Amino acid sequence: MPTMNIIQAVNDALRIQMAQDDRVVILGEDVGKFGGVFRATSGLQEQFGADRVVDCPLSEAGIMGTAIGMALYGLRPVPEMQFADFIYPAFDQIVNELAKYRYRSGGQYPCPVVVRTPYGGGIKGGHYHSQSNEAYWVQTPGLKVVIPSNPYDAKGLLLAAMRQDDPVIFMEPKRMYRAAKGDVPEGDYTLEIGKAKVVKEGKDITVLAYGSMVHTAMEALAKAEAEGIDAELIDLRSLVPLDIDTIIASVEKTGRVVIVQEAPKSAGFAAELIALINEHALLSLEAPIVRVTGWDTPFPYTLDLEYLPSADRVLQGMRKTLNF
Amino acid sequence: MPEISDADLKALYRTMVMTRVFDQRMITLQRQGRLGFYLGSLGEEAASVGSAFALWAEDWIFPCYREQGAYLWRGVTVQEMAHQCYGNGLDYTKGRQMPVHYSFRHKNIVSISSPLTVQLPQAVGAAWAAKLRKDPIITLTYLGEGASSQGDFHVGLNFAGVYKTPTVFFLRNNGWAISTPREVQTASENFAMKANAYGFEGVLVDGNDLLAVIVATKRAADKARSGGGPTLIEAVTYRVGGHSTSDDPSVYRKDEEVKAWEAKDPIARFQRFLAKKGLWTPEWELEIQEACKAEVLAAAEAAEKAPAPAPETIFDDVFSDIPRFLQEQRAELMDSLQQSKEAR
Repeated sequence: MPTMNIIQAVNDALRIQMAQDDRVVILGEDVGKFGGVFRATSGLQEQFGADRVVDCPLSEAGIMGTAIGMALYGLRPVPEMQFADFIYPAFDQIVNELAKYRYRSGGQYPCPVVVRTPYGGGIKGGHYHSQSNEAYWVQTPGLKVVIPSNPYDAKGLLLAAMRQDDPVIFMEPKRMYRAAKGDVPEGDYTLEIGKAKVVKEGKDITVLAYGSMVHTAMEALAKAEAEGIDAELIDLRSLVPLDIDTIIASVEKTGRVVIVQEAPKSAGFAAELIALINEHALLSLEAPIVRVTGWDTPFPYTLDLEYLPSADRVLQGMRKTLNF
Repeated sequence: MPEISDADLKALYRTMVMTRVFDQRMITLQRQGRLGFYLGSLGEEAASVGSAFALWAEDWIFPCYREQGAYLWRGVTVQEMAHQCYGNGLDYTKGRQMPVHYSFRHKNIVSISSPLTVQLPQAVGAAWAAKLRKDPIITLTYLGEGASSQGDFHVGLNFAGVYKTPTVFFLRNNGWAISTPREVQTASENFAMKANAYGFEGVLVDGNDLLAVIVATKRAADKARSGGGPTLIEAVTYRVGGHSTSDDPSVYRKDEEVKAWEAKDPIARFQRFLAKKGLWTPEWELEIQEACKAEVLAAAEAAEKAPAPAPETIFDDVFSDIPRFLQEQRAELMDSLQQSKEAR
């Protein structure tokens, strides 16, 4: 089995699906000859032509709006938003149009667009190249929100996303693009969207994470193990739909929860997880749930590592929960 | 003068009459409190009917919200439109959108958005997709002059110009964006000239002249179909009525202005043309007026009597299936409704 990083896995998934389905079209800035600023679409224009891998004018609203029109007509566009921070000019097209088309047409017009976008900090990108804006999409009915943490998941989830009929915001943790390597099967496979993965089983405490924070949590778990803490780590993989069963089963077993997200704290996805756990498993809890998150500030350039949840902060959160 | 059969000339006239009768009836129903809201197209019937006449049935329409005439020409029935205006259980959009926000998949007419101009890049995308698939169809998208102030106007025209998509932008310059006059939307001499900046042709046409609208749209559609790329048509017309039933134009514009435009009424103008050709008689006018009124009345009555959409349909069509969390919320709603019913 070949070893790939996330970029290679994404590229592989796009290549497999484009070869299989001529309705798949990639749109974006610099996605063609250059292969994308992170090289995720590298070589695809060469293989499939400039009609199917299209270098677009510098306009997120245009890329999104035309992708929606293409999907209405029956194509399967996979637009790339160069950075999640640059998505806001397309916000209206995503929130009011893409997410609502099927619903507001009474089911007459499906709109299967997979929006790929690198997100998150830790690359010295400052405010405009570091944001984690998943909460906006979760708060928008009609969108599926998928966030892989490793190459195997990235390929299987992206293939699944491109083969279903709903719009998907596919957020790729750019900090892990090349850092996360792993075995990835060469051929075709999909992973079910809406299924979490228990990364490590444990009995003392449940740690919930997604995207790049899965790696931070893994570091924290290694440190915790040295202190004799046996933690369970769950990689959510998809925020909408969410695998609530896996989360609740774990909470019922451990009674303690730490949630890690790199987005700002207030009204973030972690808050939603706490509410859900309260609804489904309040009596299993032995301690208040702890959130380890980014701060409620814009993302800083120099102090980016102080902004991001670190393994130490996660470990401190685990201790706080265990010592309650 | 375009080549149009006598039968089509009469059908075009009848469609304009039907558009007006439908609008008037819906506005009356709104005044009576039986309809939540309505947007009429009084004075703009030639622009919508004429432009739709110039298209093929296979061409896709990305509407704004004064295109009743275009839908009727396409063969949408007043009954289908009335169901949508009432948001009842027979409405294709399942009562999810305000009145006039139609969606007719079987007629290649996409959903209407309340936010302006979002449909322009979408129309370009669909035209682009058709071009990639080598389908000989084009897309036509409607907008008002106020819509040209939005970013998506630039975005849509720019993409259309760059990729030479088979798209017709049909801008109805009707003088007013709610209370804001045309002069506040742009410092340009006209709207058609804006196309030059995007590398394609802009055409100025008298929007109250049905035949001129047909000629301009047909030329643009033929050009798009044969690979000649997009066109921006500016149809100069006038919004004789209010923006919507929530609007009171007497607050911001003068009666004389409205009266001057009423004298240029597109239906009366086309009627004179037909009369000269011997295709119009007062008897026929009476006959079609009565037939249109009867059909609209019956449609409104049926729409009013139709039941509302079932509550559980709120959860349909959010996604292609109903995921578990929505199934649970649906059960919660149904349980709550049941409890309320039992408590009564």
